[in-house]
Amino acid sequence: MKRISLEPDFNTWRDAARDALRLGYRPEEIDMQDATVLNTLDLALETSDTPTGDPITTPHTSKAFLESAKFAAVHRDPQRWNLLYRILYRLQANRNLLKISVDPDISELERLESQVRRDLHKMHAFVRFRMVLEPGDPNARPIVVDESTPTEPEPHHLVLATPTPFGLSRTELPHCDPDPNATPTPSQPDTCEHFIAWYQPDHRILPLAAPFFAERFSIMRWTILTPDASVSWDPVSKQLAFAPGLPRESAPAEDELEDLWRSYYASIYNPARLNPDAMRSEMPVRYWKNLPEISLLPELITKSQSRVSAMVTTQQQQPSAQPFVPAEHNLTAIRAALPSCKGCELYKHATQVVPGKGAGHAKLILVGEQPGDQEDLQGEPFVGPAGKILDRVMNELNIDRSKIYLTNAVKHFKFVQRGKLRLHQNPRMSEISACRPWLLAELDAVHPHVILCLGASASKSLLGGTFALMKDHGKILETRYAKQVVATIHPSAVLRARDKESGEKLYNFLRDDMAMAWQAAQKPVLTSV
Amino acid sequence: MNVQQKLEILADAAKYDASCASSGAKRKGNGEGIGHSDGMGICHSYTPDGRCVSLLKILLTNFCTYDCVFCVNRISSDIQRARFTPTEVISLTLDFYKRNYIEGLFLSSGIIQSPDYTMEELIQVAKTLRTVHKFGGYIHLKAIPGASELLIKEAGLYADRLSANIELPTQHDLVQLAPEKKSTIIESTMNQILTRKEEADEDRRKSPQAPKFAAAGQSTQMVVGATSASDRDILTTATHLYGQYKLRRIYYTGFSPYPAADARLPLKATPMMREHRLYQSDWLMRFYGFTASELTTPEAPDLSLTEDPKTTWAKAHPEFFPVDVNAAPREALLRVPGIGYRNVERILSIRRYHQLLLDDLRKLHVRIKNALPYLITVDHLPNRQTIAHESQLNAQLDLFAPVSALTGSV
Ligand code: SF4
Repeated sequence: MKRISLEPDFNTWRDAARDALRLGYRPEEIDMQDATVLNTLDLALETSDTPTGDPITTPHTSKAFLESAKFAAVHRDPQRWNLLYRILYRLQANRNLLKISVDPDISELERLESQVRRDLHKMHAFVRFRMVLEPGDPNARPIVVDESTPTEPEPHHLVLATPTPFGLSRTELPHCDPDPNATPTPSQPDTCEHFIAWYQPDHRILPLAAPFFAERFSIMRWTILTPDASVSWDPVSKQLAFAPGLPRESAPAEDELEDLWRSYYASIYNPARLNPDAMRSEMPVRYWKNLPEISLLPELITKSQSRVSAMVTTQQQQPSAQPFVPAEHNLTAIRAALPSCKGCELYKHATQVVPGKGAGHAKLILVGEQPGDQEDLQGEPFVGPAGKILDRVMNELNIDRSKIYLTNAVKHFKFVQRGKLRLHQNPRMSEISACRPWLLAELDAVHPHVILCLGASASKSLLGGTFALMKDHGKILETRYAKQVVATIHPSAVLRARDKESGEKLYNFLRDDMAMAWQAAQKPVLTSV
Repeated sequence: MNVQQKLEILADAAKYDASCASSGAKRKGNGEGIGHSDGMGICHSYTPDGRCVSLLKILLTNFCTYDCVFCVNRISSDIQRARFTPTEVISLTLDFYKRNYIEGLFLSSGIIQSPDYTMEELIQVAKTLRTVHKFGGYIHLKAIPGASELLIKEAGLYADRLSANIELPTQHDLVQLAPEKKSTIIESTMNQILTRKEEADEDRRKSPQAPKFAAAGQSTQMVVGATSASDRDILTTATHLYGQYKLRRIYYTGFSPYPAADARLPLKATPMMREHRLYQSDWLMRFYGFTASELTTPEAPDLSLTEDPKTTWAKAHPEFFPVDVNAAPREALLRVPGIGYRNVERILSIRRYHQLLLDDLRKLHVRIKNALPYLITVDHLPNRQTIAHESQLNAQLDLFAPVSALTGSV
């Protein structure tokens, strides 16, 4: 048996294999070992190392084999050189060998190749760069960086200092010398940021992995350190420079962006779908040491359960009047049930609930936002100052108030107490939607031809959140609540107008829209067949 | 509010969208900015819910004028709101990318002011990343349904992928839970993307210099389990969408509770297994030649949670089996439970040189236990009774008729 010891490098093997073929070594007559791995078999007694096969002077290889071999060659399996030689040898007689994945040699080759590919893929994924050498902080240097003695005004200059048994091995990295007068662009930044990562791949894949990072981060100055070797990229000359390996401590310990990244990581997962097993199978524990976000894991996992129960509780307590609304939608039943409503917090402070009022089968229904101070005290809608404006409009238009139905989107008054004053407060969207079942029940009971929404809240409640009041007021729109829905401004807007002129303008808006709605309500509804 | 707080709110709001993969687009490094895609998609981390972190997935804002019941950002929910400036999103993307945390950006948004306004904001971010920073990483933009055709066209110039979410499996569900969203509007946006993409692909065939449009195609997502829609409904909608709009992918997101959810929604998360079965069926439809109507029946419109859909189908179709691994056509091999798409390819290639034995299949990591009753190899002939027995148990088929008709002999 002939033994040869090879540097872990594909080309070295290739030369050795070519020689062996030429001399006629059968695979079982030669043992190609990895020079970096201690070989205990060295002591075995040699019998003979004379080749017995026919010399192969023009060996055949295929592209596919070379491609696979390139990957298998960086695998740490000590038998890989022998495997590759065996396959190469067998390929001479059987050119289809590579296609037979179930052949033991081929399936072993495929196994090595796929493990290396996986290792590469994981390295592409899990390398984490940390930034060093920010401008303005010349003293912040990671241990790995040993600056050459600065002779003013020396540009940023990095040296990778690798401790070896024979002292420090120094690898110079290219200078960073940005032109202070140039306008910085993404490809020519005005900084000497340098990104350094430490990573420990399973196999010797750094030379295969480096081109990926060179393409992706081609305008960045970066270095990747691994225990076997390190590589740096110079964005100016577009060159990769390989150097000896370095221990983990050589790399910077953190990057100031990591907190931000951890915030993202903690926010982007869904605690209701906790599945740590799936996580572990995709991201085995041995990669965790590189990932800054992993420190959050224990807490994220233990808190998931309580976060979910808290969400379920709030969902169950989501305010809604629905449980209080009677099954039968007629005005008497609705009026009778309303005072019992605890659909949201608003009932607690108001004097009383303010139901809608008017004709049971009115053709026009007016929907305001919410009762005010007066309405709350009297228990009737539109009896305060805004109601007075409405009355004026209706008088002018000859509309009999008892012929229509008036109500509000929210049935209780919301306010804050300031001394003796009760200041009106806008209801929250959650309160408007909590109260909506009452409004829908009323609409169902009255079944009007036309709904006129007063103000933005009522409009949005019935016409959707994107409804733009000032743009689309006075238009007849079809919704699922009624065939004709019109929106206009709230009468209190007239009261709040900043001057007389704009007050009149707003008043005219209100009057015209109301006139239009009233007219539309008189026409019979066309029901489509 | 600082960037970190915004990030917490706007990533949290984005986590319900499952479509975060970064595969499908090859983009060479351009030497002027950072970023490239090798087309494979890379997961840079995994979260405790087992999902891959591949993109910075955030909303530009979670303010929304719509009131979709199933959505955490609906106008009526009292959640904390925030809004990023385009610059903030751009720096986050570049800073995270430079540290190799992400493959790119997936930007979505609540609908503010109008669909067009919202779409313009999203485009602004992507456009700046591409044109000013020469960013070569992956960009996925949400196509806001109802946004104008011109904006969709523009979005596709900067984005690798566009997606308009179908949201819910049926139009009926949408009426109930998302009154402002109509499937017609959503689908017309999908159609705009398709039409523009086909035009652009055509132009590129004539001249390779013509601009690319959404190179990684379009995808959509639907929430599953928020309504009573059956798996059969879901797969039917999926078939329609794949056929009509050539979607790259449909993402099925099992409904899960979220803060301030509407009381009309279920209180429990949809079982993850249901989602998994839907994805399996989706694969069977896209790569294995199954049709939606084969995978469920009108009588049993939901997929089994305990058994994979291919096995369910196989048990119900004993007349189709056994399949001879050394002779059957690809389409037949694809239907054998336990044999995956890749292995079918390998079997087809190997058998030209080598007759396959059971042990060979084992070496290929075929799930022998599942497959055994359904296939023939040189050294294996299944016992008919096994198929018949299993089919009887699970599909209540006639025990003897189809079996004897198929085989003739045992
Ligand atoms: S405001 Fe409406 S929902 Fe709230 S308690 Fe009053 S009636 Fe009920």
